[in-house]
Amino acid sequence: MPVLVYIESENKMFKKAALEVASYGRAVANTLNTSLSAVVFNNEDCSQLADYGVDKVLTVNHSNGFNAKVYADIIAQAALKESANVIVLSSSADSRYLAPILAVGLKAGYVPNVVELPKTQPFSVKRTAFSNKAFCETEITTEVKIIGVSNNAFGLIEHTTSLQSEPFSPKITSSDISVEKVDKATDKVSIADAETVVSAGRGLKGPENWNMIEELADVLGAATACSKPVSDLGWRPHSEHVGQTGKPVASNLYIAIGISGAIQHLAGINSSKVKVVINTDPEAPFFKAADYGIVGDAFEVVPELIEKLKTFKAQNS
Amino acid sequence: MKILVCISHVPDTTSKINFTNDNTAFDPNGVQFVINPNDEFGLTRAMWFKEKENASVDVVNVGGPETESTLRKALAIGADAAFRINTTPTDGYAVAKELSKVAKDGNYDLIIAGRESIDYNGGMVPGMMAAELGASFVNNCISLEIDGTNATAIREIDGGKETLSSTLPLVIGGQKGLVEESDLKIPNMRGIMMARKKPLMVLEPAQQQTCTSSVKFEKPAPKGAIKMVDADNIDELIDLLHNEAKVI
Repeated sequence: MPVLVYIESENKMFKKAALEVASYGRAVANTLNTSLSAVVFNNEDCSQLADYGVDKVLTVNHSNGFNAKVYADIIAQAALKESANVIVLSSSADSRYLAPILAVGLKAGYVPNVVELPKTQPFSVKRTAFSNKAFCETEITTEVKIIGVSNNAFGLIEHTTSLQSEPFSPKITSSDISVEKVDKATDKVSIADAETVVSAGRGLKGPENWNMIEELADVLGAATACSKPVSDLGWRPHSEHVGQTGKPVASNLYIAIGISGAIQHLAGINSSKVKVVINTDPEAPFFKAADYGIVGDAFEVVPELIEKLKTFKAQNS
Repeated sequence: MKILVCISHVPDTTSKINFTNDNTAFDPNGVQFVINPNDEFGLTRAMWFKEKENASVDVVNVGGPETESTLRKALAIGADAAFRINTTPTDGYAVAKELSKVAKDGNYDLIIAGRESIDYNGGMVPGMMAAELGASFVNNCISLEIDGTNATAIREIDGGKETLSSTLPLVIGGQKGLVEESDLKIPNMRGIMMARKKPLMVLEPAQQQTCTSSVKFEKPAPKGAIKMVDADNIDELIDLLHNEAKVI
């Protein structure tokens, strides 16, 4: 009974989170002494999956775009076809959308926000809880198990396989929801997909000062984010608000500029691996939660950081 | 239109989290409980439908008697009636099953839940309810308009948003954006007095079918000391991020 992973692509490129899911799925398959199957939508060239441990891929052509119910149903059919009883998904908005529907369909236990490989006998996984203020070891007691892996928690692990590809034509269920419009900035890295996030708070004094934040993000190939007060004041869109009631961030590098570090903000970004804080106030709580800190004026530090990073990037590319 | 808002009773966002019984259970001592923030955005949107379109709004929670203060707050904000399903919530599926029964029995047109509770962060209850009920489902919902039996919703996607159309009955996983932070209502004295007279019905749980169980909790390891870099020495920061942290 192989492990099954749902591999997401965007513009026919596999998402980094999807390759992480493949890496994680491979490790689970090794633990359970089984093989790894994948289900891929609308992407014929799956050769890259051979580098991340996938043994067999089921390719589905579904031209109508993402629909949580339809996709959940197709993944359920793939799981039945493969007799998979461990299914691994990412933490993307789409995966989180479809996972509960898939879980009900397969009568499976679903645990999201998983940060480590499962233990077996009994089968349990470690996940974050209380908005990153704690971890919870969670046992999955059903026969079929669904794991949602946290972004950047497991990383990419190369493992070469001789990949087999097979077209899969599932029964398509009718949908009760239709997409009218998609607004998506194609030139920007999303917070969910970003390896680096540059975030700023009220210390920036006003929305007109965000150019340097965007420029710093640009140099680092990072996504931009903001604190709750900044989004409440309307300086930046809600979609940039990170923290307990905003978006969670699990990037490799998180740079906080002019953010004091309220407990709700820290809870939302705590899964990020390396945290840098730049703040004029040496007493700001963020200094207790960060790895590197600079006490200084953002208006002086950030422009200098941008220039020096440009030089660094030029020398190291 | 009949609306059901599912309310989770959660520690306030500023709470320090502790565990008890050899780290097998959450310790509620000294913790202030609130309406789950994602649910409160949904409840506030429901109030808008009540005021503008004469919808009826009921609230429901799965929990013991100690959670009634949270339901009373929802009544004080303006909900018409409350249900408490008298059992300690175990896993997301069990909660979704209990809530689905109330939703089905009450024949609701619109079921609003938060996209996730800020305690267990499962984010699965609204989707599982929709699957149980055979209703349409929009997750991460940041805008919702209803016209007769048609709904137009916007959901947040990674790096953007998507506009969806659907019909009722509909389940949404709501979040900030459904209403603004400044739209949230603080109950006034009249609301609080009226809430005391509104019905709060206690229902016994139908069944306890679980798929997962929380075995043990732990807190993150204490953070190592921060390395401070002088504001005049940005080169050192770049060097540390490159050679020590290896993130650039």
